[in-house]
Amino acid sequence: MAPLDTDKAQLDVRGPDGHPLEIPRLACGAMADLKSFPAAPEHQEALGFPGELVENWQEVAIAKMGELAQKNRAFQVYLDACVKCGACTDKCHYFLGTGDPKNMPVARQDLLRSVYRRYYTFAGKYFPWLVGARDLTREVLDEWYTYYHQCSQCRRCSVFCPYGIDTAEISMAAREIMDCVGVGQKYCNEIIGKVKAVGNNLGLNPKALGATLEGLEEDIEEETGISVRLPLDEKGADILLITPSADFFADPHIDGLIGYAKVFHEAGVSWTLSSYASEAANFGMFIGSYENMREVSLRIRQAALDLGVKRIVFGECGHAWRVAYSFLNTLAGPFDFLDQKYPVPQHILEFTWGEIQKGTLTFDKSKNDEFRLTYHDSCNVARGSRMGDMPGGQFEIPRNVLKAVCNHYFDMDRDTIMESTLCCGGGGGLLTDDLMDLRVKGSSPRMKALQQVTADHGVTHMAAICAICKSQFSKVMPKFGYEMDSILSVHQLVSNAIVLTGQNAGEDDADEAGED
Amino acid sequence: MSTLYALLFYVATALLVVGTAIKIRTYARTPAPLKIPTTPAPTTRSGVFWRMFREIAFFESLFKSNKWIWLFGYMFHVALALILLRHFRYFTTGWFWVDWVQPFGVYASFAFVLGLAGLWARRFVVERIRYISSPSDHLMLALLLGIGLSGMGMKFVAKTDIVAVKVFFQGLMRFQINDLPTHPALLIHLGLVALLMIIFPISKLLHAPGVFFSPTRNQVDDPREKRHLAPWAAQLEK
Repeated sequence: MAPLDTDKAQLDVRGPDGHPLEIPRLACGAMADLKSFPAAPEHQEALGFPGELVENWQEVAIAKMGELAQKNRAFQVYLDACVKCGACTDKCHYFLGTGDPKNMPVARQDLLRSVYRRYYTFAGKYFPWLVGARDLTREVLDEWYTYYHQCSQCRRCSVFCPYGIDTAEISMAAREIMDCVGVGQKYCNEIIGKVKAVGNNLGLNPKALGATLEGLEEDIEEETGISVRLPLDEKGADILLITPSADFFADPHIDGLIGYAKVFHEAGVSWTLSSYASEAANFGMFIGSYENMREVSLRIRQAALDLGVKRIVFGECGHAWRVAYSFLNTLAGPFDFLDQKYPVPQHILEFTWGEIQKGTLTFDKSKNDEFRLTYHDSCNVARGSRMGDMPGGQFEIPRNVLKAVCNHYFDMDRDTIMESTLCCGGGGGLLTDDLMDLRVKGSSPRMKALQQVTADHGVTHMAAICAICKSQFSKVMPKFGYEMDSILSVHQLVSNAIVLTGQNAGEDDADEAGED
Repeated sequence: MSTLYALLFYVATALLVVGTAIKIRTYARTPAPLKIPTTPAPTTRSGVFWRMFREIAFFESLFKSNKWIWLFGYMFHVALALILLRHFRYFTTGWFWVDWVQPFGVYASFAFVLGLAGLWARRFVVERIRYISSPSDHLMLALLLGIGLSGMGMKFVAKTDIVAVKVFFQGLMRFQINDLPTHPALLIHLGLVALLMIIFPISKLLHAPGVFFSPTRNQVDDPREKRHLAPWAAQLEK
């Protein structure tokens, strides 16, 4: 694996080196020195974990491992079932980007499986050398910390495993075990603490949030001449919108939020944000903590009850949609107090696509003509959730909406999209500057796939529906020859094209009705 | 010798059955706290049945993943199935399909050995797979290959008295110990088979029952419609 040559990458992307899924030579230890910042004692304790490494940590870790095996069938079965066939070895974007063999999914699992075998299996207890079992030493713990924080839990490996072994499950369990002995990661644990204390990942208080939303209302009115509301804590609204807090301040996220507001406005529904549950993201999933994930989810239930809403809609956020779609009913249900005519919860794209099909939205597609677009399927949406009634709706609906609002759309290589999509490189609690080297390398397969469509179809921009993807790409895209604003929110494109009722469409007077 | 092998097979069978049953019970009783099907996933139970069927019958995910591993792995497993069916003749009499399958079982032995050889070669030739291979991964292939080659040896090189073998095994089923031919290839073959049976429930061979319990494959994608709750998680709500 040659070191990443960022200057060259943008010039010539074709040829053998340019293929997004090209398998690197093994580079043992290439990423061994990359350690994410550890959590401070107060970050740990706010989540109910010990502040620092406990004295009898080996005992605690081994007991926790046994407990998880009893509480989670996936963990139990996946530790036994792997046959080391090698099918997953070339599927991880971090392996493709770094060449470090411990970033091969099976090798990453084996960091923990080897210890499980030593303490919980006959073969590992009596013939450790035969099955590669090993004692839990300080070195092993450090290795866990290093490499379980080089997994974005994107589940690409689980698509290709003949037994469906999901490295994300192992990685979540490993982080849970490490948290329980006092070795947590700063980025995730500090953020979960903020959600518990303030209600969102950013620590944005209700006053600041209210001011931000008012500012956006003014911007929209200035731009369109129409008064579009972004209500906060409005009791009796029909819809509670739960969106990642990045939508309140970051680019291009905030343009997506404006898009949701315009769609709700045109659909004529009443809606509100909540200052108590002002966060869609749920980092409890990344650290594998059911209890923390549940606690964060319960805030959404509480907000829905307090505000008396009938429906819950989620904004553009990848892992948040996995937690919402797949886990929310489990963690914070049952939602029998909401209107059962609508899915609980619903994705904003399901909502927007529904309105497009009803014909309530009017678009001027030419407003997006400056973009030649492709779409990045976010890993958690693609492989951990669904939209609409049919399997695969999570691929169809975003593309349908994009094609309804823009004229130039092109998909990337089929092996890098939909269920085979490549992670952005910053998911799973890795979107932190201390892991920047990994983030750039991990994004390179996706970036190469993008460079292919740039070469073939002149694609200039990529749309996404995940706050982490958007932040990650705006950081790493410049290293691959793109401007940092080459990543767009899907609802930003909706916002560009939508013609609000009563709005002067502008000089091109186009009035293309949304098609279905 | 006959007594020794008789005991060996009683012990091996007991360990295989009891050990695997315990493992299956553990898998079945361990709750899956969350809905984690790898999506797109079927939205109905019959859809899941079909997904599992394709996975077991065709190794669908492996096919998507890597054509070489699929080719060798599928060849080996289908051959193994045919060979096992052929071996029913040592335990049954007069079952028509056992007669019918005999020639397929013979051809399958070549595919069996070829498939295993291909899988083993990959453990040496492909850098990534060499890296992840433990001694037990090599020994497992050696064991299976030993069983295959010793079996073929009796079919194609030095035949053994298979009528006596059948009498021996049918005797075991009625708790009688009859004479087992002391043919070297036969003793090797049976010894390795017994070893395979013994290690089944304590090795990666657990992938066979394990695949049926894999939540990413066997769960229905219906979390919004049906609330899924593990018993231990329900306790948290009290």
